[in-house]
Amino acid sequence: MTDATAADVTIASGVSRGLWGEAARRFLQHRLATLGLVMLAIIVLACVLAPLIAHYGPNDIDLRGRNQPPGGVHWLGTDGTGRDIFARILYGGRISLTVGFVAVAISAAIGIFVGCVAGYFGGKVDLLLMGLIDMVLTFPRLVIIIAFVAVVGPSIFNTMVVIGLLSWPSIARLTRGEILALRNQEFVLAARSLGTSPSVIIFEHILPNVLSPILVAITLDVATVILLEASLSFLGLGAQAPAASWGNMLRNARTLSILESQPWMWIPPGAMIAMAVLSINFVGDGLRDALDPQHIMGGGAK
Amino acid sequence: MLSYLLRKLLLSIPVLFGVTVIVFAIAHAMPGDAVLAMITAEAPSSDELIAMRRGELGLDQPLYIQYLNWIGQILHGNLGRSFVNGRGVGEIIGERLPMTLELMGVALLVAFVIGATLGVVSALRQYKFTDYSLTLAGFVGVSIPDFFMGLLLVYVFALELRWLPSSGISTAGDSFSLLDNLRHLILPAAALALFRAAIFMRYARAGMLEVLNQSYMRTAKAKGLRPSTITLRHGLRNALIPLVTVFGLALPTLFGGSVVIETIFQWPGIGLMFIDSVVNRDSPVIMGYVLITAIIVMLANLATDLAYSVLDPRVSYD
Repeated sequence: MTDATAADVTIASGVSRGLWGEAARRFLQHRLATLGLVMLAIIVLACVLAPLIAHYGPNDIDLRGRNQPPGGVHWLGTDGTGRDIFARILYGGRISLTVGFVAVAISAAIGIFVGCVAGYFGGKVDLLLMGLIDMVLTFPRLVIIIAFVAVVGPSIFNTMVVIGLLSWPSIARLTRGEILALRNQEFVLAARSLGTSPSVIIFEHILPNVLSPILVAITLDVATVILLEASLSFLGLGAQAPAASWGNMLRNARTLSILESQPWMWIPPGAMIAMAVLSINFVGDGLRDALDPQHIMGGGAK
Repeated sequence: MLSYLLRKLLLSIPVLFGVTVIVFAIAHAMPGDAVLAMITAEAPSSDELIAMRRGELGLDQPLYIQYLNWIGQILHGNLGRSFVNGRGVGEIIGERLPMTLELMGVALLVAFVIGATLGVVSALRQYKFTDYSLTLAGFVGVSIPDFFMGLLLVYVFALELRWLPSSGISTAGDSFSLLDNLRHLILPAAALALFRAAIFMRYARAGMLEVLNQSYMRTAKAKGLRPSTITLRHGLRNALIPLVTVFGLALPTLFGGSVVIETIFQWPGIGLMFIDSVVNRDSPVIMGYVLITAIIVMLANLATDLAYSVLDPRVSYD
C-alpha cells in the first residue's frame, strides 16, 4: 500500500497540504486518473483550437475529392460530399463536449438545489420531491428524452436543455441523502440557534462538507450525457445536418456500403466518443479515490 | 415482508399516476392530433368538419376530462390507434414486445454470465496482472456506445468475415426457424451485452472482495475445506447477491439501448417501432411505448427489491 506509506511520510515531515492539496496528490498518484486528465485535456484543446489545427472548415465541400481514404491532404479522408473528416471530428467534438458539459451543469444545478431542499427541510416537501424524483426515474432516460425531443423538435440547443432538465434526479437523490446525514449535526444546530437563515446554513455550512461524492457523480454524468447525445444524434434526433457531432457523423454508417468499404468515415468519430468517455470515466474514478480515502482502504467495495 | 411489499405497491400508485400525467402531457404537447392526421388522409377539409370530428373524439373538452377519458380507455386495455396505419397500439406492441424481450433477455443473460465470471476471477487475482487488465477492459467496455459497438460487430462479423447476418430477425424468404433466428440474434445481443457485462463485472468484483474478507470464509478455510469448495459454495453465492441490483439498474438503459440497436439491426421490436413513431409524430404509439416501458421498469424495480430480500436474509424491511 504505497498510499499509506506516502501519507506517513507526509505526516512525519510535518508538511501539511490541506484537504484539497492532499486530494490533488492522491489524484495524481492515481495513474489512470492522470492519463484520463491528459487525454481529456488534449481532446478539449484540439476541439477548441480546431480552426488552427484543421486545414479545412467542417462544411467545406470538395466535390472533386469525395469519398477519399485517409492520406496526406485529408488526414482522415473525406465523406460523400468531400468534407474533411478530421475537421468535422474537431468541430463535431465542440458540439458533443459542449452538450455534455452544459447539460450536466443544468442538471447538477437543479439536482443539488432540489436535493438540498428535500434533505434539509424533510417532511412533506421531502416526500413530494422524492415522489417527483421516483416519477422521472421510472422512465428509461433515453426513452423519455426522445419523447421530449419529439415534442420540441431536434436541435443542439433542445438536446442540451432536454437532457439537462431530465437528468437531475439521480444527483438530487444523492445530495438529499448526504444532506440528511448532516442536518442534525452540532455545527448545523449551532448555526440554526444563532438564527442563520436556511439558505446560508445549506449552501455555506452543509453543502461544502458533502461536495465530494456529488462532484464524482457529476463528473461521471458528463460521460453518460456524451453517450446520450451521441445516441440521439445517431438516431437523427440531436445535432442536425450540416452541423457535425460525433454521434451524427456515425449516421453515415447506416449505409451498408459505407459501413463496409469506407470505415474512415465512421470509425474515427466512434473512437473519439469512446476516448472522451473513457478519459472522463478515468478522471471520475480517480476523483472518487482522491476525495474518499476510505474507498481505497475498503478494497474497492461499495 | 408481505406488508413491505404491499406498502411498496401502494407507494407506486402515486408514482404511476404521475407517470401517466407526464405521458399525457407529452402527447398533448405534440404538434398535430388524431383529427388532423385523419383529415389529411381524407377529403379536402373545412374548419367545421375538423371541429365536428374533434367533438366526436372529445378533443374539444377540458384537458382534465380528456385525461380521465384517456385513463379510462387504458384501464379497458385500449391504448388508442396509430395515426399512421390505424391499427390498435396495444395490438402492435403485443406483436413486437416478444422480439424486444428476446433481445434484451438474451443480452442480459450473456452480460450476467460474462460479467459475473470475470468479476470473480478479477477479485480472486486482486492487484495482479489479470485484475488490472480486466478492470481496464471494464472501463473500455462502459465507454463504447452501444451503437458503435453494434456497427463494429456488423463490420467485423457480418461484412468482413461473413459469419453472421447483418440485420433482421430471420433470413428473408426462408421459413422461420429457431436456429436461423438465433444466428440473427447474436450480433445485436452481443452489442447490448458487452456494455452491461462491464457493469456486472464491477459489482461482482466488489461483492467477491467483500465476501473474501468475511469471517465465515476464514472459518471455512480453517475447517480444511478445499479451496474450490470455499470459493464456489461459500464465496460465490454470497458475492452474487449484489448483482440483483444491477439487473434492476440495467433494465432502463436496456430499453434505451434496444431503441438504438433495433434501429441498426432492423430488429422489429418495440424500440424500432418507437423511433418510427417519433419520426412520423404518431403520438398514440409514442404514448403507448413510453407508458409500457415505464410500467415494466417499475415492476422490475419491485421485483428487484423482492428478490433482494429473499436472497439476502440480512436485509429486512420493517
